[in-house]
Amino acid sequence: MCHSVITLRNIAVPLLTGLLLAGCSAPTPAPGEAAAEGDGTTMTLADGYEPDDLNPLLGYGSEGASKFYDGLFSRDAERALQPALAADVAVPSADQRSWTVPLRPGVTFHDGSAFGPEDVVATYSAVLDPDRAATIRSGVPMLDAVEAVGPDAVRFDLAYPYGAFPERLTAGILPSEVLDGGGPVADLPVNTEALGTGPYRLVEWRRGDTMIMEANDGYWGGAPAVKRVTVVFAADDNTRAQRTAAGEFDGTVLPPALARPVAEQSGLTLREHASADYRTIALPFADPVTADPAIRAALNRSVDREGMIEALLAGQGEPAHHPIPGVLPEQVEPSATFTHDPAGAARILDEAGWVAGPDGMRARDGRPAGFTLMYPATDTVRRDLAQAFASDVRAAGIDVRLEGLGWEAIEPRMGQDALVLGGGDPFDPGFKAWQLLHSANAADGFNNPGSYRNPQVDAALDAALRAPDEATRQERIKDFQRAYVADPGMVFLAFLGHSYVSRDGWDGYVEVVEPHTHGVTWGPWWNLEDWTPRR
Amino acid sequence: MTAPEAATGHRGRGPAVARLVGLRVLLGVPTVLVVAVGVFLLAAASPFRPVYQYFGVGIFSASDADIAAAERALGLDGGVWVQLGRWLGGLLTGDLGQSLSMRQPVAQVIAERLPWTLLLVTCALLVSLVLALVAGAVAAWRQGGWFDRTVTAVGHTLEGLPPFVLALGAIAVFAVAWPVLPVAGLTDAGAAPTVEQVSRHLVLPALVLGVSQTPWLLLHVRASLISSLDDDHVTGARARGLPEPVVVLRHALPTALLPFVTVLGNRLPELVTGAVLVETVFSWPGIAAAVVTAALAVDFPLLAALTLLSAVAVLAGSLVADLTVLLLDPRVDPDV
Repeated sequence: MCHSVITLRNIAVPLLTGLLLAGCSAPTPAPGEAAAEGDGTTMTLADGYEPDDLNPLLGYGSEGASKFYDGLFSRDAERALQPALAADVAVPSADQRSWTVPLRPGVTFHDGSAFGPEDVVATYSAVLDPDRAATIRSGVPMLDAVEAVGPDAVRFDLAYPYGAFPERLTAGILPSEVLDGGGPVADLPVNTEALGTGPYRLVEWRRGDTMIMEANDGYWGGAPAVKRVTVVFAADDNTRAQRTAAGEFDGTVLPPALARPVAEQSGLTLREHASADYRTIALPFADPVTADPAIRAALNRSVDREGMIEALLAGQGEPAHHPIPGVLPEQVEPSATFTHDPAGAARILDEAGWVAGPDGMRARDGRPAGFTLMYPATDTVRRDLAQAFASDVRAAGIDVRLEGLGWEAIEPRMGQDALVLGGGDPFDPGFKAWQLLHSANAADGFNNPGSYRNPQVDAALDAALRAPDEATRQERIKDFQRAYVADPGMVFLAFLGHSYVSRDGWDGYVEVVEPHTHGVTWGPWWNLEDWTPRR
Repeated sequence: MTAPEAATGHRGRGPAVARLVGLRVLLGVPTVLVVAVGVFLLAAASPFRPVYQYFGVGIFSASDADIAAAERALGLDGGVWVQLGRWLGGLLTGDLGQSLSMRQPVAQVIAERLPWTLLLVTCALLVSLVLALVAGAVAAWRQGGWFDRTVTAVGHTLEGLPPFVLALGAIAVFAVAWPVLPVAGLTDAGAAPTVEQVSRHLVLPALVLGVSQTPWLLLHVRASLISSLDDDHVTGARARGLPEPVVVLRHALPTALLPFVTVLGNRLPELVTGAVLVETVFSWPGIAAAVVTAALAVDFPLLAALTLLSAVAVLAGSLVADLTVLLLDPRVDPDV
């Protein structure tokens, strides 16, 4: 009988050799070593969040800092409005219901076509047209009509006077040719092929994988020095942190608890930005427990905001008492705060007739002091905040039952149960406060889900939005904060801080206060077009 | 078998095959349509609203009036039957519709992503075939030996593990402990999809998907081979003094493979669902990952198109399996 050639040795040895050869031939950077930098004109960033589309009419880059598009105005590092595609400041009519914006000459889109008033008119007409289903319509509720005025200006007509209207004009402008033909804007090719006037043009977008941008050398603001930017989409925070620590990227956004060790491990610089991104407990006014002003006042005084930030946000955050963030000192009213005062909360509840039973839980006329708090189950930060809130107010004798649900389950119950809500706008917090807390917006989508009604707050917000100048507006916003704190409708907990790691090979970094952003569109790279490689 | 019978058998196979294919196609069309209608009804019964995916983060500051206007403009108002009617009408004219979650025409989504999934699934199938045949054959041949025992134990364990557990384990090993293979994406960041790039990035996903499908294939090959090793013709070959490897590979294995081919064709859906999980974990830009997005966004047109695709794939797979058996095994009656 001849020997069989199928022995373990004859199988294992070639297999192992093959694996070893495969291993040796694959070049990889050693962990901890940075990948080759080159001359600083290219950059690779990792993002945890991929945009759904690149269409400014569907909300892409609506807060500014979009690399592909410019709006009529943009923000600088001090959040001041600067003309971008506008040539100069907008000129209001006497009653502030009409605004004329001069346009910058000599600007071209990425495909070479010239920019003119017809593009602005086409973009904003598409926003106004309900048949085109532009989702940014809610950002300009006061706009009625837009018209070209000569070859170099446009005029916006409003339904009511709005002193800060130019602040609403930061959305990207599309070429009028793209918008020909009507139909929903969801069907436009710009969803995947961005076409704007911005400092970068889109080279390639492989959905789920990478996005590659190249500098627009004909940019009206000067050609960017960083010529090629690659954004890699890696949704999982831990994987992204590992890959960043291994030197694969020049920067990324990370949760605060991951960002610090990664910065130490990889030699990248840690950047921590404050934001106007609040987390709040929206209380329903349909529930007799949370409708009681004493309960709401006591809830706001029982919560240890500093403790939550230290323990749950790794110290990266600021206490919030209302939607105006402390990093905007000109708009904040310093006296409009709640102190952590459990004794005061107990006193308020006793005076209102909420009597503590033998187990410490309060009740009034047979109704126990308790309600249900919902939070989106996939968001760990909101879950942690909800748990901390529940345990803090339990000490005051109020029973909060937690439910982690998907948004489709939360939405029908928003009017009856409490909800952990998030949002925020550092550029126009007055407008955001109006959307969130004015009774006119009660139960309108996700705005004011608890139907909070406070006439003094309404009056102050109305006066702020209609204010003729910035100083008056700031005064009225401070009035709003005082009126709100006197009778709060929500329990604001904290403004989240955002953490990033970034390679320190370029000049031009400026710290900035951020909106409710998800990824590297903002962060240290919000002004990437102004960065230059450091020699 | 006498010669005239055998000759009749061969002559009669051609029309029989054509009849089989024709019947399957005829039955397949209403099956696929019923599946598509079923998916529409299921999606409509789910609590997710497509307009939320459309607004994205902007939903939190949008007014009810704007949301309703968007639903009207996008044709999302009207019940499920209206939407189904619109989609069927579009299908008849060859228009698969616009994907709301991908913001692209459905045909473009499929054209861009299907080739990558086909590449992944083909490689995975090859991997699992090779592994299953080799390991199953060796295990059956040395039945009761240490290799057989190990392989059976490992196979039964792996059968219970979902593919994403394997995938995450592979990432943990190859991203941290032994970084020789890339763990995500189609290519390195910013690189063009050349053969070299894609093949390097294909290794892990194909291996994981292949290994996850191997256990049932392997155990099936092993069981069939064990039973066919007891067949008369095998005993006869041994009795004639043929070498053992020849007996196993040339006499026993071919008969063991016939039911294996049928089972392979019928287990195609497992490969599809395994691909969904593997593509999601490895960020492989294929069509299976789009299924997850479409389902969560209740993207009717894309969901229906993808369901059609997978129904057609399953039906085609089982047809090919039946045809292969028909052509390979003269004992099979083609009229069944």
